[in-house]
Amino acid sequence: MPESLVAVIDAFPYLLQGSLVTLAVVAGALSFGLLVGAPLAIGQVYGGALIRRSVGLYVWFFRGIPLLVFLFLFYFGLCTALGINLSAFTVAIIVLGLISSAYQSQIIRGAIQSLPEGQLKAARALGMSDIKAIVNIIIPQALRLSIPGFSNEYSILLKDSAVTYALGVAEIMARAHFVATRTYHHFPLYFAAGLIFMILTWLGVKVLRLLEDRVRIPGYSHN
Amino acid sequence: METLLYMQTDVFPALLRGFGVSIRLIVPSALVGLAIGIIVGVLRVYGNSFVKIAADLYAGLFRGIPLVIQLFIWYFGLPYFKIFLSPFAASVLGFSLCSGAYHSEYVRGALLSIKRGQMLAAESLGFSKIGMIVSIILPQAVRRALPGAGNEIIYLIKYSSLAYMITCIELTGEGKILASNSFRFTEIFLTVGACYLLMTSVAAIILAKVENHLKIPGFEQQRT
Repeated sequence: MPESLVAVIDAFPYLLQGSLVTLAVVAGALSFGLLVGAPLAIGQVYGGALIRRSVGLYVWFFRGIPLLVFLFLFYFGLCTALGINLSAFTVAIIVLGLISSAYQSQIIRGAIQSLPEGQLKAARALGMSDIKAIVNIIIPQALRLSIPGFSNEYSILLKDSAVTYALGVAEIMARAHFVATRTYHHFPLYFAAGLIFMILTWLGVKVLRLLEDRVRIPGYSHN
Repeated sequence: METLLYMQTDVFPALLRGFGVSIRLIVPSALVGLAIGIIVGVLRVYGNSFVKIAADLYAGLFRGIPLVIQLFIWYFGLPYFKIFLSPFAASVLGFSLCSGAYHSEYVRGALLSIKRGQMLAAESLGFSKIGMIVSIILPQAVRRALPGAGNEIIYLIKYSSLAYMITCIELTGEGKILASNSFRFTEIFLTVGACYLLMTSVAAIILAKVENHLKIPGFEQQRT
């Protein structure tokens, strides 16, 4: 099928541009998710019964409903109802970020709970306030332990970001579909798009592993 | 009053219909996916090197390519080879194959976690390789893979909404049509979301029950 190969090669730069959009969505959603997820995790571990309950409810809600339904709900529903005009790109980052925050909160919670409890007691004995101890002692360790979980979350978000095509975000999937409907080379183009996603997954996981090595504290192993 | 009437005459029948289609998508996909996952998982651990490579390739491809793209390949891509699938068949095919790849990973991990000594013991008792895998290793491995596999089934429930993107009108699709006609996006998608929450919550409860039911008392404690 040389003709289809030509179509894929012609479309390749256009698809690669889409990968920048995909990466921007994923990076935005991951950071937003971390920003929301970390306080949630702290609340779930150290908060009172009410806070723990609310975080549990939040996690249940955002993990129980499909991404596509959230995208429609926010983009067509809430944005119009509240009269705010957000681009599909922004909505994609917000929705993916909110869903990711629920998952990331559980990753960080696991990391916090794997730390020995004595550390907090030791910090108190040294006269630190609880907040200071959590921010300066627990969180730096917990975030390092969470990196493998984040790497998992990255690959899930990356693949989920293809769904934002439903709102018209011009990412890889959307571009592959545009070209495919024009040239009729559906199969090769979707396959090429899939391969780009696989390469991006591999690259991102590599980068996060490098980060993990980079921030490792020499001689420190938690157990 | 008008809203109530609209809900009664339009929204409920449509969502109920969509709910039915969703269930008919999810149940076969979950079962076939689980079967594929167990077979591929076993092949990835105990197969010869050629089978291993093929099974690893399958798992790598289907876990690496986003599910939407897989669905598009089955629905829009296969006609390229003169194979035409209905939206429903393409969805079930896509969900089963993708889900199977993830299940195979959990099964593989569980198989590898079974101590080697058990296999040696089985061999010395005269078990054939297949007999050993089926009656000694798999019963334990499936129990260990269950939490992961359960998660995957819950993911499958949520991902079943993607069938809408290849024009298989299930719960999300019915919701989208209703909302586009009435412009009541917020209410309708909140209702659709509640349906999915119900499905995932009920599935989680059932899966926990199954896990509990299959537990062998005093067995998992010795796990090292």
